[in-house]
Amino acid sequence: MTVSRRWRIGLRTLALLYLGALLFVPVGLIFYRTFEHGIGAVWASITTPAAIHAFQLTLEVTAIAVPLNTIFGVVMALALARGSWRGKGLVNALIDLPFAVSPIVIGLSLVLVYGIHGWLGPSLTKAGIQVIFSLPGIVLATIFVSLPFVVREVTPVLREVGDEQEQAAATLGAGAWTTFRRVTLPSIRWGIAYGVVLSVARCIGEFGAVSVVSGKIAGETDTLTLLVEKRFSNFDLAGAYAASALLALIALATLLAMTSMNRRREEEGA
Amino acid sequence: MPRGGDPMISVTGVTKRFGDYVALDDVSLEVPDGSLTALLGPSGSGKSTLLRIIGGLESPDAGRVAIHGQDQTDVSARRRGIGFVFQHYAAFKHMTVRDNVAFGLTVRKRPKAEVAAKVDELLEIVGLAGYQQRYPSQLSGGQRQRMALARALAVEPRVLLLDEPFGALDAKVRADLREWLRRLHDEVHVTTLLVTHDQEEAMSIADQIAVMDHSRIEQVGAPRELYDRPSTAFVMRFLGPVTQLGEALVRPHEIALSHEPRPGSFEAQVARVVHLGFEVRAELVLGDGQELAVQLTRGEADELELAVGDIVHVRSTALPRALASGGEARAQRPTDRRAVNI
Repeated sequence: MTVSRRWRIGLRTLALLYLGALLFVPVGLIFYRTFEHGIGAVWASITTPAAIHAFQLTLEVTAIAVPLNTIFGVVMALALARGSWRGKGLVNALIDLPFAVSPIVIGLSLVLVYGIHGWLGPSLTKAGIQVIFSLPGIVLATIFVSLPFVVREVTPVLREVGDEQEQAAATLGAGAWTTFRRVTLPSIRWGIAYGVVLSVARCIGEFGAVSVVSGKIAGETDTLTLLVEKRFSNFDLAGAYAASALLALIALATLLAMTSMNRRREEEGA
Repeated sequence: MPRGGDPMISVTGVTKRFGDYVALDDVSLEVPDGSLTALLGPSGSGKSTLLRIIGGLESPDAGRVAIHGQDQTDVSARRRGIGFVFQHYAAFKHMTVRDNVAFGLTVRKRPKAEVAAKVDELLEIVGLAGYQQRYPSQLSGGQRQRMALARALAVEPRVLLLDEPFGALDAKVRADLREWLRRLHDEVHVTTLLVTHDQEEAMSIADQIAVMDHSRIEQVGAPRELYDRPSTAFVMRFLGPVTQLGEALVRPHEIALSHEPRPGSFEAQVARVVHLGFEVRAELVLGDGQELAVQLTRGEADELELAVGDIVHVRSTALPRALASGGEARAQRPTDRRAVNI
């Protein structure tokens, strides 16, 4: 579509103003307010025991959820792109469930299943396992909300690449695992990488489901996002801004990773 | 040339369906040891499916496949000892040419020195020496296919299967590579089965051709035999130009023209005379409106002094051929053969 120069500049300005109002100004303001009282105050704010624990908890949960979702994602993508089996269409739709359902509902349903008075409650209590208001619950909630990302990034790549290379590998004597490792995996690595980055961003930024499931026990089950909310509710604005700034930094790093990965993907012609 | 003895590949009664669609219907074939056999047919004839079943990439619904006397029907592709070359190369995009060709050997965990020597030798044979560190995306189509061939030959397969290997290449490259493949076969002597829809390709390089149509094999034989003595109208039409004269099918060069009527001749009017260097093609129209193409030598055409609008008499000089009606009457085939005689 050829647009005149004036229109192009106009449209670009409009888009930038839109992004500016919704994104740049609020995020920029967070950084401004954060450092308003100097770096020392900020540092003190994000190195309180509660803050350090929240940061560690967030990283721990992410470090468990993302690898699990990656393995699930690759296996599921292979099943969806390569196989033809009964119920494939249904499962395909169900994978998008975490996008469709509100995180609060996800959290609540986890409580209903794993809580003390829930479906599996009695059996879990008997086995001495606590899910809700504890780490397992937070991990479950985080896994659920970030489930679709790797699948959705890898499946189209697998479809496009096709399975001829894998057939060739089979005729050359390669078994299933060798073929996967040497032929399939290299062809989907950018899909996996991109999916992982999206998952990480989602895990770190999760709020709704985790807020229901964690019980918000200070110093124990507060993630970074929950910490921001808690500080905000307690009128500790400076503290809230500091924690937010940390989250925003992580988000920016994620964005940079995504952009550079996209560029390299395009170069490779994936 | 075929070495005779036991067939290298033996297919018996193979049937394959995809849902309601019948791709192969009770197909049987024997491929002689050391030969270059072509599976020739139009798209949808089932030739690729048959090749893939022989290679183990598909499994038949009925029938058996044997390679070198051993039943391989339930054996996976990786254990059949075959080499497969795909139409679109199936190159391992993330590996160098060297690693591509070495793949089968590294999978078998051969020592590095042996692998390196073998790869060098093969790249030399296929004319890609010095391309070791390139990636497939840096090669032309013809080069990629030669690499794919080297890769398939690296594991010394007993059978080489090629699925329309030159289909994705342009005409000149296709012609060159086809001749090159024949010369390679003459040196390397691996039993080769080639799928193609190009009758010229099959006729020029194959020792034996199996013509397929609509999920069945119509005829198997040496190129000359199929051309001179086709058993069905389909085979005759597929392998060369055909003209219908009355009830019979003849080749354009098997028609004689004369200015006077002869026994068994038909009357026709000259519509067009095309001079193609040494050959002359005369396009005629018979009394019933049917069009007819006749191929003459320049000498013959000069002698007749053909002009547009002339009335001439045409007759066939071919030996009588008994042709089954072919694909359309397939359901009636065993008991109801309509032979068309000249």
